[in-house]
Amino acid sequence: MSGAVAMNAGVQSPLALGWLRLKQNPMAIGAAMVTLLIVAAAVLAPIIAPQDPNEADLFRRLQPPVWLGGEWAFPLGCDALGRDILSRLIYGARISILVGALVVLIASVVGILAGLAAGYLGGWVDRVITGLVDILLGFPYLIFAIGLMAMMGAGFQNIVLALVYKEWVVPCRIVRGETLAAREQEYVEAARALGASRGHVMLREILPNILSPVIVVATVRMAHVIILEASLSFLGLGVQPPTASWGSMVSEGREFLLDAWWVSTFPGIAILVLVMAINVFSQGLRDAFDPRMQE
Amino acid sequence: MRLGKFVERFIGLIPVLFGVSVIVFLMITLTPGDPVEIMLGDARSSPEQEAALRRDMGLDRPIHERFFLFIANALRGEFGLSFFHRRPVIDVIGERLPATIELTLVALVVALAIAIPLGVIAAVKRNSWLDRVATVGSLFGVSMPGFWFGILLILLFSVKLGWFPVSGRIGFSAEVRSVTGLLLIDTLIAGRLDSFWQALRHISLPALTLALPMAAVLMRVTRSSMIEVLRADYVLFAEAKGLAKARVIGLHALKNALIPTVTVAALETGSLLGGNMIVETVFGWPGLGRLVVEAIFSRNYPLVQAAVLLYAVTYVLLNFLADLIYTWLNPKVRL
Repeated sequence: MSGAVAMNAGVQSPLALGWLRLKQNPMAIGAAMVTLLIVAAAVLAPIIAPQDPNEADLFRRLQPPVWLGGEWAFPLGCDALGRDILSRLIYGARISILVGALVVLIASVVGILAGLAAGYLGGWVDRVITGLVDILLGFPYLIFAIGLMAMMGAGFQNIVLALVYKEWVVPCRIVRGETLAAREQEYVEAARALGASRGHVMLREILPNILSPVIVVATVRMAHVIILEASLSFLGLGVQPPTASWGSMVSEGREFLLDAWWVSTFPGIAILVLVMAINVFSQGLRDAFDPRMQE
Repeated sequence: MRLGKFVERFIGLIPVLFGVSVIVFLMITLTPGDPVEIMLGDARSSPEQEAALRRDMGLDRPIHERFFLFIANALRGEFGLSFFHRRPVIDVIGERLPATIELTLVALVVALAIAIPLGVIAAVKRNSWLDRVATVGSLFGVSMPGFWFGILLILLFSVKLGWFPVSGRIGFSAEVRSVTGLLLIDTLIAGRLDSFWQALRHISLPALTLALPMAAVLMRVTRSSMIEVLRADYVLFAEAKGLAKARVIGLHALKNALIPTVTVAALETGSLLGGNMIVETVFGWPGLGRLVVEAIFSRNYPLVQAAVLLYAVTYVLLNFLADLIYTWLNPKVRL
């Protein structure tokens, strides 16, 4: 911790102190900027993508990147159907980011509510929720998602659902544990003594105090979910063609490894860069906001 | 752990396994499409034949009866016929299982072989360039999508350098009689070193791909627990006695620092099961993971059902094992 942070420690709120620590971590800020850049590219895809991502032209089949003799209009080359790889990468970012964000968001809401209910209400509510959590933990994540996708069929909505069905368990366990501890704290007892309803105590008193570990874990989980989505797409269980997704782009390029390495390589780099940036940022968040969770 | 506690914990697994079975049963039962039509495919059949098949498969019974039939059959290892292979599912799985077990075990060894030395070095030389390289390496490991890492390895080591085969488990000429089903062991039993070498070359890249994320996690765990142990009084005391540093680290510190590593390794072995599907698909490895992926696309539901159940049960048991190992290594822990 720097001197400035230490000096301010006595007067600043934990939140402000966390922000101050985060801002002084150049790696985390850099990683956040990379992530934002990819998000911006995904949002602005129709404006910045040089070509239509689904426009095929067999005359451009497996055209190499510009530095290997390709043309500037298709800087990263073309795939087996002659589609522009850069444009497909930019559009593919939409799938990765949207799936990652939606899954983590929905799972966090469900997990927080379930965790609060289990931890605060106890009794049969706790037993049912904990039982369900234990059962879902009995499945390896990818196998559970693959099983569900086999049942529901491929597609964007089904990916989100298949991942949410298991993902909510993670925030639920954290929130349950934190709620159990918070339940005995004085501020909760005080609220109860003042006649606050159970809903008020859970959502207004306990939740704001236990949110930081949930947010920190949510960012790490987002990186994990993005890899899972890419894995499902790679296996052909993700969004369906011709929609571009990074996982399916890597898969499509496998057949042409010998002649056209660029088809698989660029989407792979894209996944790696996004996931790494989110991981580094979440490490920074953890160091800044939740010192208990540091190594 | 006392026997009573062990039995109690083991009984605690029953509701979990029951719940897992319910979910696996529902996964397939609620899948759209008529299993009889899928099984018959394009073959011409009379309505009577279809009704007979439906009766044989128990599909004419109410759903709760079908569930208990499924459980009763599963306990006997009967999962019906694989639509595609026209043979009992359990036989088809049995043929593919050794390849997956072998790959998982080798990946586990590779992960430990990478993670422990790197974790120890990173902890001992904390904040040095070695530590930084190891930390960045582990970040790569957890961020790298397995399927892409596998493809990169194939591109570099198989296609460009020609050091390793692109896919498969062993060449035809090198095949040996199956004893354990694990080729690395069977080739040694047969005394065929050439075949062993071939099997080793075939398994190297898939095992490395599967091991990478696990190695990254284990490296971090080893590093942080080693740092903690190196600060402990008994280590300082051993150093103060004048014992050589290598002896203190290797003998006194490592033994305790490895407790979390072993526990996490047992937990992570379960996650290797999911990774198997990806790695086996990339490397054309003839194991269970690839079989399941193929079965999904051919809508071979009995096989998918049996395999998902098998994976889940294995995973639950591995987690139980991890708990036991942790308790056994940590007498302070009370389960």
